[in-house]
Amino acid sequence: MSRRREQSEYEKTFAFRFFRWLSGEKDAYIGNMEMRPQREYEEKEETIAERMRERGKLAAEVYDKKYNKELRFFDWLYRAFSIVFCFAIVAVLIFTVSFLPEVGNEENPDNNIVSETYISRGIYDTGTVNIVTGMILAYRAFDTFGETNVLFVATCCVMILLMVDEDKIRENKESNDRGFEPKNDVILQKVAHVLTPVIFLFGIYIILNGHLSPGGGFSGGAMIGAGLTLYVAAFGFEKTERFFNERVYRIVKVTALLLYGCIVLYYFFTGANGLVNRIPLGEAGKILSGGITLPINIFVGSEVACTIYAFYALFRRGGL
Amino acid sequence: MTETLNYILLGFLVVCAVSVSFSKNLLNSILIFMSYSLVMSVIWILLKSPDLAITEAAVGAGITSVLFFITLKKIHAIQSERREEREDEQEKRAE
Repeated sequence: MSRRREQSEYEKTFAFRFFRWLSGEKDAYIGNMEMRPQREYEEKEETIAERMRERGKLAAEVYDKKYNKELRFFDWLYRAFSIVFCFAIVAVLIFTVSFLPEVGNEENPDNNIVSETYISRGIYDTGTVNIVTGMILAYRAFDTFGETNVLFVATCCVMILLMVDEDKIRENKESNDRGFEPKNDVILQKVAHVLTPVIFLFGIYIILNGHLSPGGGFSGGAMIGAGLTLYVAAFGFEKTERFFNERVYRIVKVTALLLYGCIVLYYFFTGANGLVNRIPLGEAGKILSGGITLPINIFVGSEVACTIYAFYALFRRGGL
Repeated sequence: MTETLNYILLGFLVVCAVSVSFSKNLLNSILIFMSYSLVMSVIWILLKSPDLAITEAAVGAGITSVLFFITLKKIHAIQSERREEREDEQEKRAE
């Protein structure tokens, strides 16, 4: 039997405080931690004068190169040693390079069983014609998952450092440095008008054909991100927000990462435990082939594109 | 033919890498760095890894330099020419 708690009793519990914090009604720090704005630093005139005098004394007596023999000697020694050090490093590196085996030699140490297996069995295991992508996204899917997480964490860190309150962006135009430069540049806008759709198309092509032709999620995503950046630079944030705002960004980014995680988990679980992998490989050479490679390519691509756009927007005006 | 082209491009890389560190103007060094990436992407194609070339062209020549430009602008390291001229005039007057 459960009994409804009284409001005053409920307010003392952890759950109440947690949900209040979660809904953003109360800052956890207010009331518990004292937060004061930093006091402005004032300097007396005497201390300034004293500091200037000391600096002058230092420059005249200690760091005077004309009369201080030791200092001159040290200066000379410093330069000589830096040059010698530089040349020594260059010599060591060139000496090492001369011992490297020739490119394309049969008996090179990189011609071992690993690359042989990738080349001979790659298309049967992963169904990708482009072995590089198959290697990165199927054999080493866990690696790439880590990289995608790194991208996610990197944007989170940049957000912590550079994010400005949304009201402030609208109020304070100084945080948006587009206010200071010539807007509506005709040349840039015309070029962006022609180039942006081509860049987007090429990026999407590279992502979708990542398992058939050179490229893959990362390169295609970087290209789409570059296209978005060009569009923002030419037309401003207001026009971009019509199709790519913070909400879209959040949905795309989190969905891509979660689905990627699910697919990789499933793939590894079925692979490691001898279960049947139910993702079909398809016919090699067709777009709908390659098993997990195509969806993972799409997820990585959207993740990278979002990351690059977020970096640009955060650097530019402190918000998405 | 490809061999000569390869050597020319590699020489260009060395020249770029050295001149990035020796250029006094930060804007110039970013532009040189950009051209370094562009040449590097051509070399990737010659080394028969086109996927790396695509990534290098998009990330190295495009996005990294744009981020560098924004950062330089945020810390006021890029000054417009007009402002520089004004400062020069002020210095002349002061002298």
